[in-house]
Amino acid sequence: MSPRRVLGRIGFYTLIAVVLAFFSVPLLWLATAPFTSDPTYEVSLPDFTLANFRAILEHPYALGSLYNSLILAVGTALLVVLFAALAAYALSRVRIPGRDGLLYALLLLSSIITGTAAMVPIYQLAVELNLIDTHLGVILILTGGLLPAAIFMLKDFMDTTPKSYEESARVFGASPLQIVRHVVVPLVRPGLATIAVWAIANVWGNFLMPYLLFSSDPENQPAAVIIYTLYTEGGQANLQLLSTFGLLYSVPVVLMYLFVSKKYGFRFHGGIKR
Amino acid sequence: MALATSPPEAPAPPDRKTYSSDAAGLGRVRASVFAAPALLLIAVFLVFPALWVLYLSITNYRLSGVEARDPQVVGLDNFFNALVSGKFWNSTWLTVEFVLGSAVIGQVVLGFTIAWLMRDRTGPLKRLVEGLVILAWILPSAVVSFLWVALLDRDGGTLNLLLGIPGFAWLLDYPMLSIIVFNTWRGTAFSMMLYGAALGNVPPSHLESARLAGASGWQQLRDVVFPHIRGHILTNLLLISLWTFNDFTPFMLTAGGPDGKTEILAVYVYKEALIGGNLGVGAAISAIILLINLVVAVFYLRLLRRKS
Repeated sequence: MSPRRVLGRIGFYTLIAVVLAFFSVPLLWLATAPFTSDPTYEVSLPDFTLANFRAILEHPYALGSLYNSLILAVGTALLVVLFAALAAYALSRVRIPGRDGLLYALLLLSSIITGTAAMVPIYQLAVELNLIDTHLGVILILTGGLLPAAIFMLKDFMDTTPKSYEESARVFGASPLQIVRHVVVPLVRPGLATIAVWAIANVWGNFLMPYLLFSSDPENQPAAVIIYTLYTEGGQANLQLLSTFGLLYSVPVVLMYLFVSKKYGFRFHGGIKR
Repeated sequence: MALATSPPEAPAPPDRKTYSSDAAGLGRVRASVFAAPALLLIAVFLVFPALWVLYLSITNYRLSGVEARDPQVVGLDNFFNALVSGKFWNSTWLTVEFVLGSAVIGQVVLGFTIAWLMRDRTGPLKRLVEGLVILAWILPSAVVSFLWVALLDRDGGTLNLLLGIPGFAWLLDYPMLSIIVFNTWRGTAFSMMLYGAALGNVPPSHLESARLAGASGWQQLRDVVFPHIRGHILTNLLLISLWTFNDFTPFMLTAGGPDGKTEILAVYVYKEALIGGNLGVGAAISAIILLINLVVAVFYLRLLRRKS
């Protein structure tokens, strides 16, 4: 090996080591604190106690809130993937005047409206539609918020898939819906999987909408809301419960990521470029 | 691949271009039916609240009191009041710093660097690096913000322990830097994955001939790679700029403080509308944010259009 290449190698591994440290150090606390009796903010070698897990199991709303999160996340992801796939396919294959402008406008709107800006109108709307304190309400609102970005990303995916398969399927007399199910969906499956994971991760972490709509009843609240109630009587964060619940709350998304990345490959294949 | 003859049941449409893109014979009517459920949900839960915000922005609507029951239209007063207040401009400037620092510089540069370093690799190292970066992106924001509070804690925080400076208060002394680094950590995954996919589209033969012609690593990037992934870069910039602009997560680290030093616009709206109870003023600021986002988007789209 020439000295230049040796230097290059050293540079490469140094950079990688820095990146690995940057991304892993903040996560350490989540790995140690739940197994430490009486944890502080300090990362220390745990004494491998399970007392914190027993404490969280005795919490009246902890486990139920994870179940609520699951319902919200799966419900929203199903609607987002189904509706976004149909819409993205239609927009990709049929030229509608003003299509790109419309997509960008919706994208803009979605990035702002899902924040704090529209909390009041959304609350009033939910009251009018009888959606307060229902899972369906949160699912529909979050779906509406995620759809533009999902359509935007999927449409780009659909644009890059070859159209010849659809043409042949059509020659053999397949209906458009059959073509979507049997030709297009298998081609864009990694894209659909990515969108599903993206939607689930978004809903799983979303605090604002469930906080707004389930204000009265802790039975219905998802983990994102319940985690903010884990304080001691003195008003300090209860690190024992917080770290343990944080770990339980994180595990499902990690498992989902591992599953999807093994099965479909968690990446944008063609990339989003327009 | 185009078929040599047109399918029997479809007479050749007049517009050849329409036909070739509509390979499944969808037609406009069926395409509309396909798009209808998505558009309906978007109309009800996105467009309608947005219009409502525009209406609220010209009223003196408040969270409580007389104006809560019977809001009056006050015209453009809320907008004028926002535009002459120093707090609004301070927030706007902080938001620009936050977006430039954490999204445009932090996430894009780090995301591209990782994608570039990992471009030809397979195996456990690549999976480990990508897995950790993606983990930071998919963990719930409540958990992530507690992790960073623990990391940056004055006394027991891991960062101070590693640097050997116990008692250093990052969130008090360098609040803006803290949330910029935090958001870079949080969001790099998206850019990394996008650039990873984009680099896969760069023909290896082009890179090979550049290398044979004696181009250095930087020259290969500038002359071969960047022109190829220009569209990806701009789309990525557009999306992450908008997301970062409206991100509320920094509130969970600093609550906008100390002394409003991290009071970015998303936090400012929250404080004005829900803590201060001035819903009309909050709506007006939201409308201004929407306008700024529009300007940002149009800027990127113009760049995209130019010679693409």
